Amino acid sequence: MSNAATGDRAILKTVTFEVLRYNPSGGATPHLETYRVPVTKGMTVLDGLTWIKEHKDPTLSWRSSCRMGVCGSCGMFINGLPRLACNNQILNLHSDRIVVKPLPNYDLIRDLVPDLGDLFRKHRTVEPYLIRKDPGEQDRPTGEFFQSRQELFSYLQFAYCIKCGLCLSACPTVATSEDYAGPQALAAGWRYLSDSRDEGDQERKAALYGSHGVYRCHFAGACSQVCPKGVDPALAIQMAKRQAFLQGLGLGKPRKAGGVIPPSEERRPAGEIPQAPPKTVVPGSG
Amino acid sequence: MLQRRKNRLGFWGWLGGGRYGPDRYAYSLHRLTGLGILAYFIMHIFVTGQRLGGQQRWEGIMASLGSPTVRAGEFLVVLAFAFHAANGIRLVLAELGLLIGRPGVPAFPYSYSALRHRPVLIAAMAVAALLAVAGGVDLYFGMH
Amino acid sequence: MRESKLWTWHILSAVVIVVLLGAHMGTMHLGGLLERLGVGSGDPVDWARVLHRSRQTGYMATYITLLGAGLFHGLYGLRSLFLELSLPKRAERAVGGVLAVAGIALFIYGSYVAVALVRGSGV
Repeated sequence: MSNAATGDRAILKTVTFEVLRYNPSGGATPHLETYRVPVTKGMTVLDGLTWIKEHKDPTLSWRSSCRMGVCGSCGMFINGLPRLACNNQILNLHSDRIVVKPLPNYDLIRDLVPDLGDLFRKHRTVEPYLIRKDPGEQDRPTGEFFQSRQELFSYLQFAYCIKCGLCLSACPTVATSEDYAGPQALAAGWRYLSDSRDEGDQERKAALYGSHGVYRCHFAGACSQVCPKGVDPALAIQMAKRQAFLQGLGLGKPRKAGGVIPPSEERRPAGEIPQAPPKTVVPGSG
Repeated sequence: MLQRRKNRLGFWGWLGGGRYGPDRYAYSLHRLTGLGILAYFIMHIFVTGQRLGGQQRWEGIMASLGSPTVRAGEFLVVLAFAFHAANGIRLVLAELGLLIGRPGVPAFPYSYSALRHRPVLIAAMAVAALLAVAGGVDLYFGMH
Repeated sequence: MRESKLWTWHILSAVVIVVLLGAHMGTMHLGGLLERLGVGSGDPVDWARVLHRSRQTGYMATYITLLGAGLFHGLYGLRSLFLELSLPKRAERAVGGVLAVAGIALFIYGSYVAVALVRGSGV
């Protein structure tokens, strides 16, 4: 009973996997199927699903890629919480019964595969890219944008989002509202609003401060609890509310976007640096 | 075209939906108590408006609303207000960015705003419990 | 933005309510406790006391403030609930309109009662 997942490691125990199965063309309704899976040390839930696919049922479907918690593909509802399957070891769940279901609050395509279209559509509504008043500036850069370490750390953690979608599964507002932007989009919007290089406050206003923006969040905190990268979207949303509140009362500090560091004739290389080889492609030729 | 099956939690998502922290249940309770208080409030506007009808009208209404069942119901409103007010003060602070920490560089095991904010939630529940007890004591003395 | 303004009023009305409704709850529901402690002043809903409060401008102003704050805060919360139910946009706007009208109507009724008694014309 060994394979890539178990290899020649000792089998510590056998657990029961209850996995939701659903085949839209089969006509059956979603139902749980049970599999007995041998567990070795370090085996993740994703490894368990792979074992099932290799030994019990090759039709079991799910999404996964990096198997190390950076791509955000394998989000599933495991033993009562939205989690990444690759990021959770079976033994760390402290249960002999592993219930694996697809992420709630997304349409279900098949088995454990959710339709994450809504997640990406809502993400796009906050225009998640640097917006400068001069639109051509980033095409014709003359120097770096100035940004201090403090300014960087004020938004850096919100930039670590891997778009796995666990937060929207956990959010009680997303449970009933199709229009609510969701913690991922709002945190991404705040990541840009609080970025000192960004000048896109007006463009993002409707998405963040409209009728389905930050004010439909009630700080249930579940999104931050389940985030696998420590992004803490709840914090971003409350900070967005705070900024709007202070600005509305005229107490906010007007933020001037950081400028471009001017080219300086004083900047010389520190030591002997070899000359770059001649260009092989002439600019503008193709 | 692939068929999609709806998998939204709906109202069950408001009531629970998983092994979440206490903040999420505080949210559900806050909404429930808010609805209860609103319903009572609207009724209350009409009942107290009856004082416009003079002493006899007023005393008649007070007599019909003096039964132990009604007083117990009023105690429920006091309980609801105790929770909603204490939790509400906590929410006002949190949604203005106070007592929830600051952004930094996440390091595993990750801390997050709601976790850092947990002592404030516990304090709010303690205040709510205190107010509830005070209301209960008053109800006891009022009935005896 | 309009939503930001509404939410700001929601927060400010919450603060007003905690103070005023807290005091109101204290008079109405801690009376028994206060009496046992020796600082009470009898049944707060006794007609004489009700009349006494109704005739004072200070109480009238407080009640009207509490009425306005309470109605706005509560109905905004209800609107928030409706906005989270995936209603079509027109229904959302309609609900907002209905709640606004209901709120204004209740406010006018409650304020009328409060003002009428101060002027002594109601009794």
